[in-house]
Amino acid sequence: MKWNKVLALAMTGALSLGLLSACSGGTTSAPGEGDGDSSSGEKVVRIGVFEPSTGDSGPGGKQEALGIQYANYETPTVDIGGETYQVELVMADNGSTTDKAPTAAAELVNQNVSLVLGSYGSSVSIAGGPVFDEAGLAAIGVTCTNPGVTAGNDYYFRICFLDPFQGTVLANFAEDKFSAKKAYLLGELGNEYDQGLISYFEQAFSGEVVKDSFPTNTSDFSTYLNKAVSEGCDVIFCPVSVAYSTQIVKLAADTNLEIPILGSDTLDNNMVLESAAGSNVQLYVSTFYQEGGSPEFDEGIKAWLNEDATAMTNNGGNDTISGLTAMGYDAYYVALEALKAAGSTDPGDVKAALPGVTYTGVSGDIAFDEQGDAIRDTAYIKTADNQNVAWTLETVQTVE
Amino acid sequence: MLQERKSKRSRWFALLGVAALLILVLVLENTIRPTSMLFTVLKKGAVYAVVATSMNLLNGFTGLFSLGQAGFMLLGAYTYAILTIPVADRESVYYLYQGTVVNFSLPDLFGGADNPVGLILGVLLALILGGCVAAAVAWLIGLPVLRLKSDYLAIATLGFGEIIRAIFQWDKLGPVTNGANALKNFPSFSSFNIENADGDVVLRLSTFVAFLLAVLCIGGVVLLINSSYGRAFKAIREDEVAAEAMGINLAKHKRLSFCISSFFAGVGGGMFAMFANQAQAKTFTTAMTYEILLIVVIGGLGSISGSSIAAFLYVAASEWWLRFLDTETYIGDFKVPFLRTGFRMVVFSVIIMIVVLFFRRGLMGDKELTDLFRPRRKHKEAAK
Amino acid sequence: MQYGISILLSGISLGGQYALIAIGYTMVYGILRLINFAHGDVFMVAGLMTVYLSASLPIWVSLPLTAVLTVLLGFVIERVAYKPLRSAPRMSVMISAIGVSYLLQNLATYITGGLPQMYPEIPGLSATVTIAGTSTKWVTIITPFLVVALVIALTQLINRTKMGMAMRAVAKDFETSQLMGIKINNVISITFIIGSFLAAVGSMLYFTNYQSIVPLSGSLPGLRAFVAAVFGGIGSIPGAVIGAFLIGICESIIKGSDWSVFSDAFTFALLIVVLVVKPTGLFGEKATDKV
Repeated sequence: MKWNKVLALAMTGALSLGLLSACSGGTTSAPGEGDGDSSSGEKVVRIGVFEPSTGDSGPGGKQEALGIQYANYETPTVDIGGETYQVELVMADNGSTTDKAPTAAAELVNQNVSLVLGSYGSSVSIAGGPVFDEAGLAAIGVTCTNPGVTAGNDYYFRICFLDPFQGTVLANFAEDKFSAKKAYLLGELGNEYDQGLISYFEQAFSGEVVKDSFPTNTSDFSTYLNKAVSEGCDVIFCPVSVAYSTQIVKLAADTNLEIPILGSDTLDNNMVLESAAGSNVQLYVSTFYQEGGSPEFDEGIKAWLNEDATAMTNNGGNDTISGLTAMGYDAYYVALEALKAAGSTDPGDVKAALPGVTYTGVSGDIAFDEQGDAIRDTAYIKTADNQNVAWTLETVQTVE
Repeated sequence: MLQERKSKRSRWFALLGVAALLILVLVLENTIRPTSMLFTVLKKGAVYAVVATSMNLLNGFTGLFSLGQAGFMLLGAYTYAILTIPVADRESVYYLYQGTVVNFSLPDLFGGADNPVGLILGVLLALILGGCVAAAVAWLIGLPVLRLKSDYLAIATLGFGEIIRAIFQWDKLGPVTNGANALKNFPSFSSFNIENADGDVVLRLSTFVAFLLAVLCIGGVVLLINSSYGRAFKAIREDEVAAEAMGINLAKHKRLSFCISSFFAGVGGGMFAMFANQAQAKTFTTAMTYEILLIVVIGGLGSISGSSIAAFLYVAASEWWLRFLDTETYIGDFKVPFLRTGFRMVVFSVIIMIVVLFFRRGLMGDKELTDLFRPRRKHKEAAK
Repeated sequence: MQYGISILLSGISLGGQYALIAIGYTMVYGILRLINFAHGDVFMVAGLMTVYLSASLPIWVSLPLTAVLTVLLGFVIERVAYKPLRSAPRMSVMISAIGVSYLLQNLATYITGGLPQMYPEIPGLSATVTIAGTSTKWVTIITPFLVVALVIALTQLINRTKMGMAMRAVAKDFETSQLMGIKINNVISITFIIGSFLAAVGSMLYFTNYQSIVPLSGSLPGLRAFVAAVFGGIGSIPGAVIGAFLIGICESIIKGSDWSVFSDAFTFALLIVVLVVKPTGLFGEKATDKV
């Protein structure tokens, strides 16, 4: 009884102490704001990295973050208004879930970053978006392709193509390449990204479709694949996150599935590629970058990956370069361009400068339209070379 | 007589304390830098305090073990969102379904969300309706389920939470629920900040509004618990058979407790939507119910103030104070071991296990904060 | 036809795997009246152990080692998280179980770094076989037989041995059996050991089929297995097995129909109907409340 009382008082004390520390911390030290400087006298500018590193999008988020980290390793400083600033990356794990995303976003806002990069997975970006909007902090989406990310949010920009485009590209590809008359569409129940892409695919596809949704945490996909076979579908389209796509591709590989599998940018991941290794599975994904697009970048990042064991593990255990990583790399440079154009580290100035920023990255030319979306009209479609465990470029698709 | 006067005095103390807390929040919000994590934690904590209190009413005070809280929150959040999205924005929110079948918005009916009257009336009404929807569904569910005993009730309510979620994610209902897509653009806590003509914020009220709503809800629960109904609930918790023998209508009181708890869970769900600026079915998982249950246990089953304090501690610890554990840190050249992504949650769950195992009665046991200031006399009286 | 067979096959193999987990739930519930929420996560941890062990050891060493370690894990969880709460209200123990489940998931996230882990191929089990035009893995065929064999062995253990008798006595009346000189703690430990062992076997079968393991891999099978245990009548081992097969097949059929959105919801709807109509499940014993 007495103990409880002591504990209760202690905890209440801790809470009020936390409050106080927040007060003092809030007013005195605001690193990164204006011209924050570290102890060594160097000026520091902070860039937030809003990516999942746990949860079912964790592997994708890590690959995207790798691109950002490599770019930061390559170019750790930036000249803003005639002064050289050290760039510091601030990571926040949004856990791939929409209930943790707003607080992870708030944590970045709290850390006084000048702008934010991310996230992999549109639903977490949509969940975190209002926080950035309210704080007046610009965010650059790297590979979040759902239209809802930038719609109605003045502070969200992105450098990737959008799902209406991607869905159409893949639907056209299914018709051109496989003369598909019937498609099987599989997505996670209640996932905004999956279901959005599926409806765009359905709209653009002239043939018949069969749609299914599986509940979160499913690992048994055999019934779904068998259904696709028995319905006589010509292609399977499954724009799902990495945790599920590895299961689906692995299962297809084991059961010698003859129907080609089409995937979106989320499937451009080494773990997915590994699951198809040595089998006859036909796997096609649409993405932003194909290895070889910029030999200099390929070489540099491979050397970096091979030196850093943690980075290698995060990349899925080998040095195949994902489109996600290339996009993360480009996003970092776009952020630097924005900082240079703004001439200050104030989030408001950066936001004002961002719409005018243009940059030619390894994944192509980047410019923003009035909605804050990238002006892009090409998608790379890659196919898995299961003997060499590598991606090969299938075609470059555009939509008028 | 003496006892009564004392309880009256402690009631005044409680009211004063609450008023002081609200003023403190208001002052803090307008003095500290608004981007501080503190306010995110306070807002989320206020929301969780409401939901945890509602769960405590059921689990701690009535002794009904229910795990359906996230489901009822979902109902509240969706009702709130559907009723308050401005008509003008509906097209863009329901972009996959070319608009919605619900073509009115409560704030709009009262003069629009930009008008203070419209905003306050619309939001309040939508929150209350959200609670009512949750309570109505609870009543329906309660008809078959409340006859079940302890663990069976828990697992059945957990099942209902999952069923509700699946229904809301069903794309055939898209024109109402927006299917898998999030509902957004509705008034949030920040809509209550007062801006001047240039769009600059003059007076920040967002955290204050969250606290005010939480205080109203928790106050409602406290009043209920101190009424004759509350005493009947506690009697049921202690011994169902004895309670029935005393003339308490078991079925009626259980249903009442279940519906009221769901009502506040629904309101809490609406507040959660206001906090997160969006409502999406995927958020309201069983994991969320477990989180709230843990808050209730950490605070102490049967203590409202315990649940409230624990809600803030839980949110602050998991989202804020322990975040440094997730980043690799060097002290000089020495790399602090173990620190990397995910370590925060490991430490956090170990802390929870310690509380569950060694502080079984939680922070407050079944005492309230007001009890802390007037206890010793009882012992003295007993000694006399 | 071919489609029908494929659905049935995957339903039966799922059912078999759920059955092995469901036995763990039902035995623990029978004795402790505790829904061991952590059981599904023990199953997931068993899978991860195999992944990490087989990285450095040959598969025929790592599989038995996994079983031993999983049993140890189950034993330790019981001693650390449940035993101190034996006199506490049932709700506290259940909350402790939720806490353990939370801890195991977070530990798994920390150790795997949030990356899915690939379960190794087990020679013999992973090979593909074609039945009536449907290709599947050997493990699918073997699962039901293995489950039936294990269940027969288990019922023999419970009905014929002294330990089994003690278990039945404890399940019937906790306190009286204590007075009769049965060492309750040993009986409970044995229950957890058997449950964890079966979960380890289940994980070998399940993850051979569905190879990628994430920290939440255990939660859905765990929940379904629990539903199966309730469905069959909690406390009854044959009930749990039959319930598991029924749930597995139903799940496959729903997934194959146009209502796949509700495959999860259906399982729970079924559970609620069973609970309301026949709270003791298909094979459960009638329990009367003592006043």
